[in-house]
Amino acid sequence: MLALQILIDGFAISSLYALGATGFTLIFGVSGVLNLSHGAIMVVAAVIAWWVAGTFGAGAYLGALAGVAAALACAFFTYSVIVRPIQNSGAIPKEEKEIFVLTGTLLWGIMLQEAVAYLFTDNPKTVRPLVDGVVMILGVRTPWNEILTAALSWGAIGLLYLLVNRTRTGKSLLAASMNPRGLTLLGFEMSNIYVLVWAIYGILAGIAGVLLGAFLGVSSANAGTLTASAFSIVVLGGLGSVSGSLIAAYVVGYLETMTAYLVSPSIRTVPVLLLLVLVVYLRPQGLLGRR
Amino acid sequence: MIRSRTFQLAVPALIVMALLPLGVDGYILGLLTLAYYYAVFAMSWDLLFGFAGEVNFGPSFLIGIGAYTAALLNHYWLWPIPACLVAGAFAAVIAGAVLAVPALRLTGPYFGLVTLVAVLLLQNMIVLFAGITGGEIGLDLPDVLSIDDNTNYYYALVFMTVSGAILFGLAQSPVGLILQASGQNATEAAALGFNVAKHKLAAFCISAFFSGLAGAMLIFYMGTASVGTVVDIAVGVNVIIAAVLGGRRTIIGAALGAIFLIGAGEILRPLGQLATFVVSAVALVVILFFPGGFMGRILQSGGRE
Repeated sequence: MLALQILIDGFAISSLYALGATGFTLIFGVSGVLNLSHGAIMVVAAVIAWWVAGTFGAGAYLGALAGVAAALACAFFTYSVIVRPIQNSGAIPKEEKEIFVLTGTLLWGIMLQEAVAYLFTDNPKTVRPLVDGVVMILGVRTPWNEILTAALSWGAIGLLYLLVNRTRTGKSLLAASMNPRGLTLLGFEMSNIYVLVWAIYGILAGIAGVLLGAFLGVSSANAGTLTASAFSIVVLGGLGSVSGSLIAAYVVGYLETMTAYLVSPSIRTVPVLLLLVLVVYLRPQGLLGRR
Repeated sequence: MIRSRTFQLAVPALIVMALLPLGVDGYILGLLTLAYYYAVFAMSWDLLFGFAGEVNFGPSFLIGIGAYTAALLNHYWLWPIPACLVAGAFAAVIAGAVLAVPALRLTGPYFGLVTLVAVLLLQNMIVLFAGITGGEIGLDLPDVLSIDDNTNYYYALVFMTVSGAILFGLAQSPVGLILQASGQNATEAAALGFNVAKHKLAAFCISAFFSGLAGAMLIFYMGTASVGTVVDIAVGVNVIIAAVLGGRRTIIGAALGAIFLIGAGEILRPLGQLATFVVSAVALVVILFFPGGFMGRILQSGGRE
């Protein structure tokens, strides 16, 4: 009974983690950027969805759409105002661009977080779920919303898979992650590819944020934790490896759920952190990463 | 010479700072005292990042280890303050050496993550063992440095000046140059016959020493050690922002950035919740448009980068 509960809850949480981390690792794989405003963008999506659905009475679907749109806008802003100027700047030495992008996105994340806290307070907000009701799965009461969360996460990841592997545009993304210079020589405009990848990222982060808001509820104070968990999952799976991130998301999701149910919710994240240290020491490239 | 120019700027500034208690009230002195300790945090971070090229996301790991070691010794065994400070600094050095081990094997984001995880683990441990460490509420200390604002201010000022001079001198010395070389291209530095591992380890230990000592001094100034003041990620973020804002690879700039950051936070206090937003926005603008930071700007206007 408890095992089944862990299995179901863990699956839903892990699917969400997987979705959140996919966008994060995609950006890193294609453009080498670690976006530390990731968590804040997810929070913005959730809070906008909550606001539009609740205050305006626009309904859960329109709210979710508004949330994803907000995340998309934030992602574009992150790219065009912070990441691109730093990457193109002549005043910053090449080997220091990484720390500037990290610091810049970190500051931008703090700004988003503070803006949300100011406009909407930092109380936790639960987005109205898209579907109501519960269903019994082998005796475990499971909200439909939890099933929908897992299904939508996997749906989005599946669509991304099709996009990257089956379409011409998607293949150019894959190529960009392998050899940007080769792609430029073939006549592809790298800036178009970057815009595309940030757009995909914005949508994925938006969906993840809205689903998280409906599933667990989100407060602006969660932004840092969300970024840290995406970062950990991505490193655990191997930077830039999408399949690695998916596996790592399940490892992290189940480890956290098991700790929360079997030991104590207060040390939920500790085993994950220890595992992370261990992996980084023994296998720095992560589970499926290339060196 | 960059050195003489920095001195030309630093000496008058220090004289003004030393005379401040004559004309400024206790509240502002208290604020500056805090800022000076932050300045030491930021300068130690700059030694690691600017010179050794290691992005340490967890300066508050070293600070926290130093602070809590001192706090526990003082709280439970009533060690005198100087002994606690020494113990805190050395505990931080050991923590720095532990942190340096992955740094010698990992690069870039991997090392960054390890340092971040180190802070999260430390924070979790402190909260988990709240019975001993005081947890979120904090651990009160039987001893404080002084109850007099002026004395506290001078302790902090002297501490900052001495630490800054040592760190700056080190950065300008041949050792600093070797560190800089190994930060920019470790393979080439090693090929030139320098022991990169040894120098980086030394940089970590020195950075940790000053971070830990400053952390321990800070809690004896405040009279209590808590997660929010010395361990939280936000503390580390502030240290990093201060160092980048002031101008990386200048050491003195980091101190300038820290004083600016604490000052700006106070001036903007009437804005309430928006204060953090505005400070972050200002820092972002500086990073985007003046990547050299304050100090880079000042030194550049003098004709030198």
